[in-house]
Amino acid sequence: MESKTLTEQEKSLLQKISDLHEIPQVGVFNIRRNGKLMARNVDNEINIVSKKDKDGIDIIVKDNTKNKSVHIPVLLSQEGFEDMVYNDFYIGDNCDVLIVAGCGIHNASAKKSRHNGIHSFHIGNNSHVKYVERHLGTGKNKAKRILDPVTSVEIKKNSIFEMETVQLSGVSSAKRITKAVVGEGSSLIINEKILTENSAHATTNFEVVLAGDNSKVDVVSHAVAKDKSKQNFVSKVIGKAKCFGHVECDGILCEQAQISSTPQIIAQNRDASLVHEAAIGKISQDQQNKLMTMGLTAQEAEKAIINGFLK
Amino acid sequence: MLEIKHLNYSVVEDGNTIDILKDINLKIDDKELVVITGQNGSGKSTLAKILMGIIPATSGKIFLNGKDITDLSITDRARLGIAYAFQQPTVFKGLTVKDLIDIATGDTNTVASACDYLSRVGLCAREYINREVNSKLSGGELKRIELALLLARGAELNICDEPEAGIDLWSFDALVNLFQNEKRTFVVISHQRKLIEIASKVILMEKGKIKKVGTFGQMSECMQPLACDKLEGV
Repeated sequence: MESKTLTEQEKSLLQKISDLHEIPQVGVFNIRRNGKLMARNVDNEINIVSKKDKDGIDIIVKDNTKNKSVHIPVLLSQEGFEDMVYNDFYIGDNCDVLIVAGCGIHNASAKKSRHNGIHSFHIGNNSHVKYVERHLGTGKNKAKRILDPVTSVEIKKNSIFEMETVQLSGVSSAKRITKAVVGEGSSLIINEKILTENSAHATTNFEVVLAGDNSKVDVVSHAVAKDKSKQNFVSKVIGKAKCFGHVECDGILCEQAQISSTPQIIAQNRDASLVHEAAIGKISQDQQNKLMTMGLTAQEAEKAIINGFLK
Repeated sequence: MLEIKHLNYSVVEDGNTIDILKDINLKIDDKELVVITGQNGSGKSTLAKILMGIIPATSGKIFLNGKDITDLSITDRARLGIAYAFQQPTVFKGLTVKDLIDIATGDTNTVASACDYLSRVGLCAREYINREVNSKLSGGELKRIELALLLARGAELNICDEPEAGIDLWSFDALVNLFQNEKRTFVVISHQRKLIEIASKVILMEKGKIKKVGTFGQMSECMQPLACDKLEGV
């Protein structure tokens, strides 16, 4: 195990992606830095085990674990480091847990830094899981900071999986793939917030199969593209049972940025009800005027609108 | 004091100039309750937006406490003490009622102080304080939040464009009391007879011009054929 000392730069990244100010003294966590385990703590309800065949961890949450949280942040502060990690989450029955993941990359060099997190969730029956994933890059604008997270989710019966995925500034390229199969009576709720700047590219690809009766999915994506950045949102919802699916993609365009949204809703059962909504445009003049009547300048109003949209 | 001198506003459509406001001259004293009324299309909302700086006047001057504000931005006018409640309040994805109250006051409010503004417009504050100001709120709720933001600004000159619309659950009397009890200047666009009755000054507009200025008693005669079909009795 490496030194437990965090640099100021790493502390700042850690705080922004996981709300942790330092390496915690208590609670369940696994902090990975530059491809190596830095700190870990487990308890008798939640275990974290390093994989033997590849890089990554298994997070095992026992049945009936309630009101617990797990933090598994990843820090990349070594310039030009490329990291690939496989994390598997096994959530038992009747659980209620919060999982905070995320990756912060600091790269000010000409080299490329990359983190690929491959996360698989296996959710039991009657459980509620909230999964928060934050991505952030810092350093010079021209440095390459690449994140390609893959999340696959399998939800059994009567469970809820809430996923909040946030990409803050500084990530130059991101390709997100999220796949889920939702079982009987279960719900998948995804809130995605993505900000791209400069010449960054971000692609999001959702594929959700509503497999069980009374299964639901609700995907809300808020995208802000600034400068010359580009975002591409592709969603596919397949209704194989009596189910309800709703996908909403809202985008704010600034400067010369571009956003594209491609919906696909496939009903394979006559009781499937699937909805897709998409709206892309510049900041509304009415919104800006309202905030200016309350004393903000045009620039302050724009910032407040974007911050609220990405909150 | 607000003073408007020879204000005109026109637009060009298909090469033709259309005069929306024609030679508007008006003085509004401090702490007056002024109601602007008149039929739809008479130029009431356009005048209100020009006063706030949302629309630029084609010609003429506007003075606030002797200062020429004609060319000032919305922000500058807001900072000089003008506040505005829109006829159709804007919705925001992500911004909560509390966020907007904080922007209105220019400070971070405690929940108690933010709730106070909401209570004054008849909203059960704790239910609303953390709600997003989005299209899931009803028209009436949005109108009352808009008024709460106006109160939170604490401005000297308050412009309200048809504040009574959609206040179905809140008693209309409470709205009337609000305008009477706040010791500030209110310029209210309204068709409501009760508001017109309590106004210190009523401005009747017709086809882009001020038809008459006076109290309700002085106005009632000329309003009969012109605007009474629009006045909604209370």
